[in-house]
Amino acid sequence: MLSPFEVIETIKMIQEENLDIRTITMGISLRDCCSSDGKVARVKIYDKITRLACNLVRVGEEIAQEYGIPIINKRIAVTPISLVAESCDEERYVQFAQALDRSAEAVGVNFIGGFTALVHKGYTGGDRRLIDSIPEALSATRKVCASVNVATTKAGINMDAVREMGSVVKETARLTAAEGGLGCCKLVVFANVPEDNPFMAGAFHGVGEPECVINVGVSGPGVVKSALERVKGADFGTVSETIKKTAFKITRMGQLVAQEASRRLNVPFGIVDLSLAPTPAIGDSVALILEEMGLEQCGAPGTTAALALLNDAVKKGGTMASSYVGGLSGAFIPVSEDAGMIAAATSGALTIEKLEAMTSVCSVGLDMIVVPGSTSASTIAAIIADEAAIGMINNKTTAVRIIPAPGKKVGDLVEFGGLLGSGPVMRVNEYNCEEFIRRGGRIPAPIQSMRN
Amino acid sequence: MRAVISVIGKDRVGIIAGVSKILVDTNVNILDISQTIMQEIFTMVMLVDISRANTPFTTLSDDLKELGNTLGLSIQIQHEDIFNSMHRI
Repeated sequence: MLSPFEVIETIKMIQEENLDIRTITMGISLRDCCSSDGKVARVKIYDKITRLACNLVRVGEEIAQEYGIPIINKRIAVTPISLVAESCDEERYVQFAQALDRSAEAVGVNFIGGFTALVHKGYTGGDRRLIDSIPEALSATRKVCASVNVATTKAGINMDAVREMGSVVKETARLTAAEGGLGCCKLVVFANVPEDNPFMAGAFHGVGEPECVINVGVSGPGVVKSALERVKGADFGTVSETIKKTAFKITRMGQLVAQEASRRLNVPFGIVDLSLAPTPAIGDSVALILEEMGLEQCGAPGTTAALALLNDAVKKGGTMASSYVGGLSGAFIPVSEDAGMIAAATSGALTIEKLEAMTSVCSVGLDMIVVPGSTSASTIAAIIADEAAIGMINNKTTAVRIIPAPGKKVGDLVEFGGLLGSGPVMRVNEYNCEEFIRRGGRIPAPIQSMRN
Repeated sequence: MRAVISVIGKDRVGIIAGVSKILVDTNVNILDISQTIMQEIFTMVMLVDISRANTPFTTLSDDLKELGNTLGLSIQIQHEDIFNSMHRI
């Protein structure tokens, strides 16, 4: 029999410390939806998504009710649309994004990812058309998320794609200017993108994935923060042990929900993503965990070391709790989605340069960062290049999700709403990098890529 | 299927009676009960078998929640596995 203490501990984590399942994401292959006629392809896409995902939301809600654990998001990731749309003769892929949007609406999920191109070594015709369509696609849809992989450790960095993404980000912001550049919140530029990531906006269903799969992302920064409050002043060995034990418990929830969703939907279980994903809710912040370790504010000297310890301990604890781990698996540091990060960016304790350092020791990268609307496309491209270099050299995923909010300047606050939160406009280094970005071509794969 | 009913709040007359009444009416069997006072808060944990329940899980859950509201307590029913997966290997 479970002890009352154990039961109360779990209930407290859920009710007071914001433990939740962040997302159940169904991956769906659309490789059998290609057609030389775009209309036919889109009918196939809509039919397949609505057939496979019709019960996703209902099953998620049932599990949440029976187990008493909130499941915040139900989402869908599909095969990169650049691959699916490529065989049709259309020049723009916006209608494909709209078909995804309609499918997502029909099954009731809140986001669908996969308006994606993988161009780390070069473009195909489909990749080019997809990337050209991103700004319009993101302004014409509500639920579609786009991502572009511009670098890998094996291939190097495609600097032509980096340059182009600088302009795509700017154009996306321009087309969604009325909402503060909201379209850019749904656009991620990756290096070493994982093919089974359940988190948006970067989720897509990789080509090595099965027909249909269930991936789950857990959350729980608040639980880790509360656990650390109980070991105030203890040494880092104790801090690490405490985080490991907490991460283990959190991940076991994810594993349970993933298995149960997989069983009820009759779809194979893919992975649990061991990420600490913050929300703007009070107490659900990764920044506050770092501060709990003894930093006055996130961004102070010591922040990178604190984050390195946190990220490592989460992985060590989590990996023992799940049979299959994948996705991004690490601590997220999205500025606008984390109350502690927002406060630190507002006060000036946290800068883009510090965030860049932090991204070399944790999951993902410069995430949900709002910069002045006047920031040039080449500066954004160069920021993307820096992040891609960190990912390429360190054999890890990095990404940039940056919002040059039209008409906004340093110190303004841009409200995106819901889980996307609100972002203070951060200062960008204004020295010119135009000539650097204009070079184009490829940065060759680093020596680290030669592992054979 | 087994579930855990947890009652958290201020102790008072009629908690077990109230919960048991709902369980009798819905044909849910009580397997084990333990209760304790933790940090001055009354907590009761009840392990029940709901495989022969004559009502859907959501109705049972709503009924218990409503009883909790009447008594000024938090009463929740959750599938046993959520606790087992977190606290047992």
